[in-house]
Amino acid sequence: MAERSFAHEVQKLRMEGGSTFSGEGILAVTKALLQSGVAYVGGYQGAPISHLMDVLGDAHEILEGLGVYFENSASEATAAAMLAASVNYPLRGAITFKSTVGTNVASDALANLASGGVRGGALIIVGEDYGEGSSIMQERSHAFAMKSQMWLLDPRPNIEAIVRSVEAGFELSEASNTPVMLQLRLRSCHLHGSFTAKDNVRPPMTVKDAVENPSRQLDRIVLPPASFLHEKEKIRDRWPAAVEYITSRGLNEVLGAGTADVGIIVQGGVYNTLNRAMELLGCSDVFGNTQVPVYVMNVTYPVVDAEILDFCAGKRAVLLVEEGQPDYIEQNLNAILRRAGSPVALHGKDLLPTGGEYTAAALTKGVHAFLSKYRPDVVEGQPTLLLPESDPRSPFATRVDAAAVRTRPPGLCTGCPERPIFSALKLAEKETGKKHHVSADIGCHLFAINEPFNLGATTMGYGLGSAGAAALSSKDADRRTIAVMGDGGFWHNGLTSGVGNAVFNKSDQLLLVVDNAYSAATGGQDVLSSKADNVLRSTRHPIEKAVRGIGVTWAKTVSDTYQIGRLRDLFVKALTTKEPGPKVIIAQSECMLNKQRRDKPARNKALKEGKRVVKERFGVDADTCTGDHACIRVSGCPSLSIKPNPDPMRTDPVATVLDSCVGCGVCGANAHAASLCPSFYRSDLVFNPSWRDKLLARVRKGWIGLLSSGVERRAARYEIAEVA
Amino acid sequence: MSTWTTGKRPITIAILAMGGEGGGVLADWIVAVGEEAGYYAQSTSVAGVAQRTGATVYYVELYPGEEPGPGSVRHEPVMSLFPTPGEVDIVIASELMEAGRAIQRGFATPDRTTLIASTNRVYSMDEKLALGDGRIDSNALLEAAHRAARKLIAADFMQLALEAGSVISASLFGALAGSGQLPFAREAFEDAIRASGKGVDASLRAFAAGFNAAQQPAPRPTPAPVATPGVGGGPVPVTISRRRPVDPAEEAAEAVERRRQELAVSDPASLVGPRLQPHASRITAEFPVPARSMLLHGAVRTAVYQGPAYTDRYLDRVARVAVHEREGSDARLTTEAARHVALWMCYQDTIQVAQQKIRRRRLDGVRAEAKAAPGQLMNVREYLHPQVEEIADTLPTRLGRWVAGSAWFGKLVGRLTRNGIVVNTTGAIGYTLLWAMAMFRPLRPRSLRFGREQEAIEAWLEKVTAVAPADYDLACEILECQRVLKGYGETHHHGQESFGLLMAAVDGLVGRPDAGATLASLRAAALADEDGSALRSDLARVAGPVLVEAG
Repeated sequence: MAERSFAHEVQKLRMEGGSTFSGEGILAVTKALLQSGVAYVGGYQGAPISHLMDVLGDAHEILEGLGVYFENSASEATAAAMLAASVNYPLRGAITFKSTVGTNVASDALANLASGGVRGGALIIVGEDYGEGSSIMQERSHAFAMKSQMWLLDPRPNIEAIVRSVEAGFELSEASNTPVMLQLRLRSCHLHGSFTAKDNVRPPMTVKDAVENPSRQLDRIVLPPASFLHEKEKIRDRWPAAVEYITSRGLNEVLGAGTADVGIIVQGGVYNTLNRAMELLGCSDVFGNTQVPVYVMNVTYPVVDAEILDFCAGKRAVLLVEEGQPDYIEQNLNAILRRAGSPVALHGKDLLPTGGEYTAAALTKGVHAFLSKYRPDVVEGQPTLLLPESDPRSPFATRVDAAAVRTRPPGLCTGCPERPIFSALKLAEKETGKKHHVSADIGCHLFAINEPFNLGATTMGYGLGSAGAAALSSKDADRRTIAVMGDGGFWHNGLTSGVGNAVFNKSDQLLLVVDNAYSAATGGQDVLSSKADNVLRSTRHPIEKAVRGIGVTWAKTVSDTYQIGRLRDLFVKALTTKEPGPKVIIAQSECMLNKQRRDKPARNKALKEGKRVVKERFGVDADTCTGDHACIRVSGCPSLSIKPNPDPMRTDPVATVLDSCVGCGVCGANAHAASLCPSFYRSDLVFNPSWRDKLLARVRKGWIGLLSSGVERRAARYEIAEVA
Repeated sequence: MSTWTTGKRPITIAILAMGGEGGGVLADWIVAVGEEAGYYAQSTSVAGVAQRTGATVYYVELYPGEEPGPGSVRHEPVMSLFPTPGEVDIVIASELMEAGRAIQRGFATPDRTTLIASTNRVYSMDEKLALGDGRIDSNALLEAAHRAARKLIAADFMQLALEAGSVISASLFGALAGSGQLPFAREAFEDAIRASGKGVDASLRAFAAGFNAAQQPAPRPTPAPVATPGVGGGPVPVTISRRRPVDPAEEAAEAVERRRQELAVSDPASLVGPRLQPHASRITAEFPVPARSMLLHGAVRTAVYQGPAYTDRYLDRVARVAVHEREGSDARLTTEAARHVALWMCYQDTIQVAQQKIRRRRLDGVRAEAKAAPGQLMNVREYLHPQVEEIADTLPTRLGRWVAGSAWFGKLVGRLTRNGIVVNTTGAIGYTLLWAMAMFRPLRPRSLRFGREQEAIEAWLEKVTAVAPADYDLACEILECQRVLKGYGETHHHGQESFGLLMAAVDGLVGRPDAGATLASLRAAALADEDGSALRSDLARVAGPVLVEAG
């Protein structure tokens, strides 16, 4: 079950031609796929296109109705290889994943696909995870398009433009026998907007038709001599065909032609930000009526030489707005202009930041620098962000002490089952007295690198936690290296790249597989080992069975990660056992976000029905707590916080448990396992008590009242009740 | 051409929240209100792992649904996906430090922005981790919010939401409506909540509370406090005061404390029980006025902890220090002695913990925290982990020594408590167990630990009284070093170690003009981490490696 359900929204996908479709970007993309007669879809989840996969999953009935095949691919490589169906058959196929990480994984298949070329339209929708909020290394998908010669669409962030790009992408792909990448930027995926819908189109040929009528063309297979032929085809046939299609369909736009003797060239995805910068400078308005000509590259690869030369003709200078580095397009434009002997001055990264996201602030400064140099007359606005920071009117003038604003990186949620795993690992290290090299992986568990755990030295990619520890395996060392992997990464490739590798190479590492029953970091999608019943997919394949099947002999599964003491002991055992080969611990507990989503409504229902319900939460006795915060340092739970010390004699804040506590038990387990302090308690609030509850309560009340009255009487000799 | 500079621009709204706080829901509501009123609305957010409790920015633009002029490039407005520094009309921050972040990033500016900030604090990890007090001063953030807003709307929107049984997005949405900064009627906002269909009634209650709060003037930061002597800040330099008037609980506690201060002067006898009346008289007669409230606290604390005779001992100890009190110092030395001698004398042993656990007041507090209805059944379970050492400490000296040295006893207890025990304080057996433990009180003075602690207290006070005549400040700082003696088990061991190092350092500092300040900074270093590395490196820097050796 994914974190977010689109069951309601997907009904919009049935919308008929002529009606106005209003909604989120990812939903619009799905509708555009169906309008284009797509025959099959696949992909791998990951921000920012996780929800695209969720939408497709929730829309399976609609897809089936149209004869569209949909698969939750095992990895991006799987998804890319899936496009092989478009090589021999006129099937339109679309896949999606997070980029550049997903494209890295997929690039073997993509390169092979691009070499032989495609007959049916092949669309690769990449969620470009670049800039603020990104969780990966900062690179560009552009390089992949260039190296394999696939076309790259970068539509401006507007729902209608994105929908049109999907449709044009298929056509371009078919017109040029080339796979097409459609780049959706981080913020575009959840853009809200509307467009006029068309009817859904049943694919003229479905995968069923293709399966029943197998065909092959030897010259499409990547093997000499065909592979050499492919390279020639790319240059001789496919590129010109693409340029022809792009030009004739006007995919790129020229705005404000003839308004000035300078111009700006911009990637489609950055267009809105550029227009905002020009609005701030007073040379464009909210409807894009610019006073400086703008060439919008909705197709960023290939660059259409003729269009560039046309746009630059008669201009003194042109500014290229190209986000990210290296400056592939700038280099390309320089070559085009130089070859043509153009006198136009080309600016780009000399006036704009070399790397990083092109925010409105960054663009305003760059465009201001460009226009001030060539056309100061069109600059009417002086936004305050251009002022030096020392100017009190600057938005960046110091108004708050920098030390008073602390970073707040993402972390494990309240009640997260991964927290006790890392608490236990910390405690195990304390017990063995040895610090270990920890090779981390991609997933929520990577948050362990931060406070308070500080565990994890590198992360080499999804599912590569174990592989990342491969070299650090020494027979002479007095300790083992620890590798971490999530269930998502494990099934993505970790089973072979990590576990298989460790078995084969007789590695001595300890591999911790965090199994929370979902691909949790990407939004709670199911994986092979998920516990849930999934009507669409086959689940419940235990990880331990898989690692044993591949040759691991020391493997233990802990089915309740909240038992920190047990887990700690198991870690110690795994770190000290004499047994050779990789030691694998599978730590299982369900992702709390998913669990709460299921449990809360169930509990509320039971309450309403008058059933006995016990609500648990933890607490800290402020009197007993000495304010040393050792509990926070082994847990880091968002619900475990601090509050002013209620004791007027003491000054340091005491620990406290916030109302958001879900009663997972980590506090108590930590208090025990780490011998912390006696301040923690659990309160069990009973709703709709049974007669036994009531009877027991009465007996207890009598006895406790008897004992406590003595205690209170004695205290009353010294204390007063309350200050009036 | 009518452009941005002539006022043709969208309304821009940035929402700064933490993942999981409902910032996305708030953005969706705003979009719904806008679209219902015929505006173009665009919202963007950054999805993905950033949303797992991390700081997140949501951004909304609204543009009136006018037709573009003839021949326009676009038929609908081109909206930005980023908030632009200096150009944000409304900033909504779900928490005070997030408001600070909005200011730091240039989103909230005094020429333009209506800043709607919730004054509650959700402490960041490094504020929580500190061994002492790592909190940022809320006053500084509140001051910044006043500085950086054209109009500031500030209230504890979290509290308002909780009171309404809802979440903060609803009360903030109410504040946005109440701010009057958007050209939509209140009903339009409420309709958006109704249309979303989830928890509507509670959301509307929170909305109303937020709407009303927006009509009130924003709270002003309390004026920079006079450096309250002796109230140690944490290791964080910006923690200039512990006065955080925006925390309602703390505000209430401060009011009570002020009332006590008055009573301590006018009617000290009313602050202690009948058996402590002679002690109250002694405090009135022998000690300076500003220290009285603290002394009365200490008297009660020591008496409940052990008995009136123990209180006598307490007052004797403070008296020894108080003779060195200086005129015009607000009796800092006596007050700090009254505070720290009491805290040390009432060290947390198993008897004390058991007593704390079974007090009626405490169990009532637990009920209140769990929001138990009157008469509702509730069980309270303690997570205890008694260690051999702690048991030995509680026993009479001889027996304790034997137990501590006994291998089989250690093994037995170790096995029994390896994974801790859970005691149901609300059950007959659990309560009786704790009660019996508390009943050991009369035996405490004969225990191993009692002897050890009294000896250490004497040595410490010896140092204070020796230093006080020559260096008043240093004496005060030595008293405050008791703060590092905190925690249980290993944390407590670490505290003792740090304390030892600090006391050893005192000898080297005596006579230096900056002795007091240096000791204060060393104490801050002792509270900076758990392995003592900050203290050791500071010690080495302050006085050379000799001191470290001495420790």
